[in-house]
Amino acid sequence: MNLWQSVLIIIGMFAVTFGVRFALFARADKVVMPAFIEKALKFVPVAVLTAIITPMTLMPNQHMDLSLSNPWLLGAFAAFVVGIWRQHQLLTILVGVLVFFVAKYGFSL
Amino acid sequence: MNTMQHMRRGAVASIPMIIGGIPFGLLFGSLASSYGLSPWFAVAMSAFVFAGSAQFVALGLIALHAPIWVIVSTTFIVNLRHLLYAADLVKFVKHLPMPMRVIMGFGLTDETYAAVRPMYEVGSADENNGHKAYLGSFLSFYIMWNVTTVLGVLSGELIPGMSDWGLEFAMVATFIGIITPYLKHKAFWLCLLSAGVSSIVLSGLPNNLGLLVSAVIGVAMGFVSDSSNKTISKSETSMQEVSK
Repeated sequence: MNLWQSVLIIIGMFAVTFGVRFALFARADKVVMPAFIEKALKFVPVAVLTAIITPMTLMPNQHMDLSLSNPWLLGAFAAFVVGIWRQHQLLTILVGVLVFFVAKYGFSL
Repeated sequence: MNTMQHMRRGAVASIPMIIGGIPFGLLFGSLASSYGLSPWFAVAMSAFVFAGSAQFVALGLIALHAPIWVIVSTTFIVNLRHLLYAADLVKFVKHLPMPMRVIMGFGLTDETYAAVRPMYEVGSADENNGHKAYLGSFLSFYIMWNVTTVLGVLSGELIPGMSDWGLEFAMVATFIGIITPYLKHKAFWLCLLSAGVSSIVLSGLPNNLGLLVSAVIGVAMGFVSDSSNKTISKSETSMQEVSK
């Protein structure tokens, strides 16, 4: 790969990445989101974040692992229960991370 | 609170995800140098593109000698989910000056959206200070990502096997901490379940397409469930009115 190709790749990747992120912000003062779109958008955080972490949690090695020896599943389950129960973000993170690392390293010591 | 304090709030909310991102930055830098790419190439990509998963996908494609248009269009697809974030944030940025919106657009990542969006939801960010918290989050991720890329390039595998430690679980736990407060209505549960099941079923699709499609399915299911609830409660009200 020569210098010219490297520069083209970076310019191209920058253009599409920034384009996707900025396109709506560029016209933010002019676009009026229809009410039904706004109603749908409130589901974006739950939908996208869930779609990111579910495969990481249930398929940590690219295949389904619902066993108790899967620290991702145990940590995520603990975090989820604490999150529903206490609604406290820092506590949710701490308990989840603790359970994850105990499951991952504690049992093997 | 002054600007610095708002920026610090955004940075503090990002800490778990910054820790989770460190092994990825190191891995990106070391992977790029192990593929024999110029150190400047990896450093420039992190500085200008600033998109974690797309950068890894690009490295893989470069290793396969894929043509440039394939690399660029794949990057586009991998990052398409950011359009959903941007659409959701339009209402919070529409009053801001253009240079601020340019910076915020450049820094719109999964992590900064996840760190700052809930602040608007609970009212700890508003149109006067939300963008400051956002900048604090963006800058802390940007610094982490670029410093770890440089370190990864310089050192190869800085600490062997660091990417197997599981530090990225901090990101999973943070996302769960963000999701759970929403789960007070049936529509959000349905959104969660449909996005989660779809992401497993579609996990074989290339280039994050499974993630993108699952996110859209989750949004659609939540929206439909929400609307049908409203319709039912409306028809119940009208029936009550009739019975009166």
